[in-house]
Amino acid sequence: MTKKINLTLKVWRQKGPNNKGVMETYSAKQISTDMSFLEMLDIVNEDLTLSGQEPIAFDHDCREGICGMCGAMVNGRAHGPEKGTTLCQLHMRHFNDGDTIMIEPWRAMAFKVVKDLVVDRSAFDKIIAAGGYVSVNTGAAPDANNIPVPADDAELAMDAAQCIGCGACVASCPNASAMLFTSAKISHLALLPQGKVEADKRVLAMLRCMDEQGFGNCSNERECEAECPKEINITNIARMNRGFLKAALGSRYK
Amino acid sequence: MQLDSKAPGGPIETKWDRHRQDLKLVNPANKRKFNIIVVGSGLAGGSAAASLAELGYNVQCFCIQDSPRRAHSIAAQGGINAAKNYPNDGDSVFRLFYDTVKGGDFRARESNVYRLAMCSNSIIDQCAAQGVPFAREYGGGLANRSFGGAQVSRTFYARGQTGQQLLLGAYSALMRQVAAKKVTMMPRREMLDLVVVNGKARGIIVRNLITGELERHAAHAVVLCTGGYGNTYYLSTNAMACNVTAAWRCHKRGALFANPCFTQIHPTCIPVHGTYQSKLTLMSESLRNDGRVWVPKKPGDNRKPDQIPESERDYYLERKYPSFGNLVPRDVASRNAKAMCDEGKGVGLTKLAVYLDFADAIKRDGEDVIRKKYGNLFAMYEKITADDPYKTPMMIYPAIHYTMGGLWVDYNLMSNLEGLFVLGEANFSDHGANRLGASALMQGLADGYFVIPYTMGGYLGGTPLDDVDENNPAFADAENDCKERVNTLLNIKGKRTVDDIHRELGLCMWDHCGMARNDAGLKEALDIIPKLRDEFWQNVTVPGDSGDFNQSLEKAGRVADFLEFAELLAKDALDRRESCGGHFNEAFQTEENEAQRDDENCCYAAAWEFTGVGKEPVLHKEPLTFENVHLTQRSYK
Ligand SMILES: Cc1cc2nc3c(=O)[nH]c(=O)nc-3n(C[C@H](O)[C@H](O)[C@H](O)COP(=O)(O)OP(=O)(O)OC[C@H]3O[C@@H](n4cnc5c(N)ncnc54)[C@H](O)[C@@H]3O)c2cc1C
Ligand code: SF4
Ligand code: FES
Repeated sequence: MTKKINLTLKVWRQKGPNNKGVMETYSAKQISTDMSFLEMLDIVNEDLTLSGQEPIAFDHDCREGICGMCGAMVNGRAHGPEKGTTLCQLHMRHFNDGDTIMIEPWRAMAFKVVKDLVVDRSAFDKIIAAGGYVSVNTGAAPDANNIPVPADDAELAMDAAQCIGCGACVASCPNASAMLFTSAKISHLALLPQGKVEADKRVLAMLRCMDEQGFGNCSNERECEAECPKEINITNIARMNRGFLKAALGSRYK
Repeated sequence: MQLDSKAPGGPIETKWDRHRQDLKLVNPANKRKFNIIVVGSGLAGGSAAASLAELGYNVQCFCIQDSPRRAHSIAAQGGINAAKNYPNDGDSVFRLFYDTVKGGDFRARESNVYRLAMCSNSIIDQCAAQGVPFAREYGGGLANRSFGGAQVSRTFYARGQTGQQLLLGAYSALMRQVAAKKVTMMPRREMLDLVVVNGKARGIIVRNLITGELERHAAHAVVLCTGGYGNTYYLSTNAMACNVTAAWRCHKRGALFANPCFTQIHPTCIPVHGTYQSKLTLMSESLRNDGRVWVPKKPGDNRKPDQIPESERDYYLERKYPSFGNLVPRDVASRNAKAMCDEGKGVGLTKLAVYLDFADAIKRDGEDVIRKKYGNLFAMYEKITADDPYKTPMMIYPAIHYTMGGLWVDYNLMSNLEGLFVLGEANFSDHGANRLGASALMQGLADGYFVIPYTMGGYLGGTPLDDVDENNPAFADAENDCKERVNTLLNIKGKRTVDDIHRELGLCMWDHCGMARNDAGLKEALDIIPKLRDEFWQNVTVPGDSGDFNQSLEKAGRVADFLEFAELLAKDALDRRESCGGHFNEAFQTEENEAQRDDENCCYAAAWEFTGVGKEPVLHKEPLTFENVHLTQRSYK
């Protein structure tokens, strides 16, 4: 049933990458439990605007859990308490009247704060640019059915390909590692015949780039898998590591 | 102004081949001397930027989001059409062409639609080669499903995330060119103006959304791929940043805007549940393959759905349209839902909803099969509504979803402004008055992968272009305009928020310019919109500074443009003296309440010329001729 609840928010406010940030306290009143978390923030922002203050900056776009734009630490958990849910798909029915909610940006060396809850995730694009593709120019493709793919492989590839690039895995990892994100792309392509040709080169280049961007190492904490809104499986990391060993030892790409 | 579609003559099957033969080529060594700006990184922009860079041009690609991978195309769920005929059920390029022209209620240009159907197969090949994980049959071949408005299975899909996977494919091709230094990616930039020099598009002004700086960028041609204007209605299924700004600023610089009143309402969205609501969520049309739409027969029936026996349910689409049933096109399905609710048979708290029921499909195929097909959609529905669609029927209602209108373009996808090309949802070209499901992804990718690489060469190879750089006075003028506007917005310091005014505009548009329109309502909208626009410029409040990351300012600029554009939309709707596709004027309907076209007088694309804010725009008509399909009253009985 729909209810109205009152909340206290403690929100990270930071004017820019070179400013110091602080936690500010706001109250969110008469919040319908049918609202999404971002709609709750909208309401707080409308109040702030009308009282002449700057609204809380947060990234968002699709509000359907698919673009990967939104995200914040809610009470210390990436995208909040619900499993397999992005912040935009989190609904206020999962909170209680009188709750205090802590809202902070992703924290990682490789993700600088732009403003308030907004961070710079361009390091992810760099990792993809390092090799997250099949090198096929437009117009050079054979008939699609000339490359049969076993249905189960296609399903597994799709499981990995669902990553939305949100960065929650990095934010949840004690080492701020980007292994889950990187392995999702590498697995998606490695599982398909189209991606096999460049598999060795890809895994080496993408992992090298990942290190250069300042992401930490993986020490098997599994927080990434637990908090990933698309439930990307940690077996992708193992698959990537096998691919890396094979490439590093056996192939001509070093 | 004479509108020349530049569509080549001769038999439709060979038009594109002959046209390509006639287009000038740019010698490979010369391509690197040309700079091209691509605005937008969705399916249209991403595929165009990557393909042009592969050819050797220098490309700069701009987008609003922090990464090109997040363009609104990412949200498309259901699938993409192609005439592969893999299921052997009678599909062909001609049939896809025919269905698209008919589905668009005969208000699209035949030559463009035929080319679209021709390119459809190459798109699937290209995407499969990129590693897009399409659904597969057990034999390893690609799987298909059927979609609204078609009687063959021609829709390719990747679970309920087809747009995501296609966009990630285009994004990967784009990032490959970024790595090759042929594309410079410019994220978090919003285009605020087009720069026209000697009648040709030569650059853009953008705002750097992080620093607030205005930047000038010059090029030999500009390719606009900035998506649709559904957010004019405030509530829509579009992502929050979708806007008309880029297209509107081009319009104000001379580009004609065609058929703005052709907007599409999608029949299967999660109903509105509160005034705080920020957007509407689509439930993919593919659900209508297995879900059955119904309402109680008795108006005002307040029983729970499981307490209403079969005999007291009205499966109205199956009843009224026995051959298409639940798979009628979107406009037909939407208007019927509205009609049921108008008769008092709507369900749920607001009574503005109908049921979409999977009980029979689950009984027939088992829950596992249904889960595999629609699992993520059902999960999304449950997250939002807290109802479990495996157990109780979904509630759905129509919402604004897609916009067929857009900047006018010729066969080369060039607007009437030379050097300005418009691709994807931002142009008006292929869907007429109504788009069939799974055709927007197809169009965006056809435009970007397979049309612009040829027609851009034709333009650059065949047009003498002066040297123009950012120091040209036209850039300074355009930049000053933008600066003044930003400063004005920040200095109004009124009492209403941007969202508040946007919401009011949206309600006005939905009420008077939505699913069913009439002259009185449209006139009322034309009375309200300019007043609301004045209210905005006098009483809006935009906090923060210009030289900073300022989301309120971004929104304010977009809403200011919606407030100008909405007037043109309503005007166009009033001016078209017929109903067709998504444009339904109650005065023009058949006895069966279908849209009644007037082919004698209204077989044209309406291309509007800007003359000033609040001033009468000038209408130019591009007559549409049909040589390959026979104009008929659409019937899905
Ligand atoms: C929920 C949903 C589901 C859909 N499902 C399907 C489906 O199953 N099948 C189908 O065929 N179609 C579907 N559609 C329609 C389809 O997704 C869109 O029409 C299509 O993706 C549009 O692609 P585009 O490249 O033209 O624009 P978009 O993907 O909207 O991209 C626009 C780009 O332009 C940029 N941009 C916009 N304005 C500016 C500016 N002022 N300055 C700089 N950059 C700017 C944006 O940042 C973005 O990169 C669906 C649409 C919705 C809303
Ligand atoms: S792996 Fe999961 S958490 Fe990490 S970026 Fe992808 S979707 Fe987000
Ligand atoms: S806003 Fe797109 S995933 Fe949350």
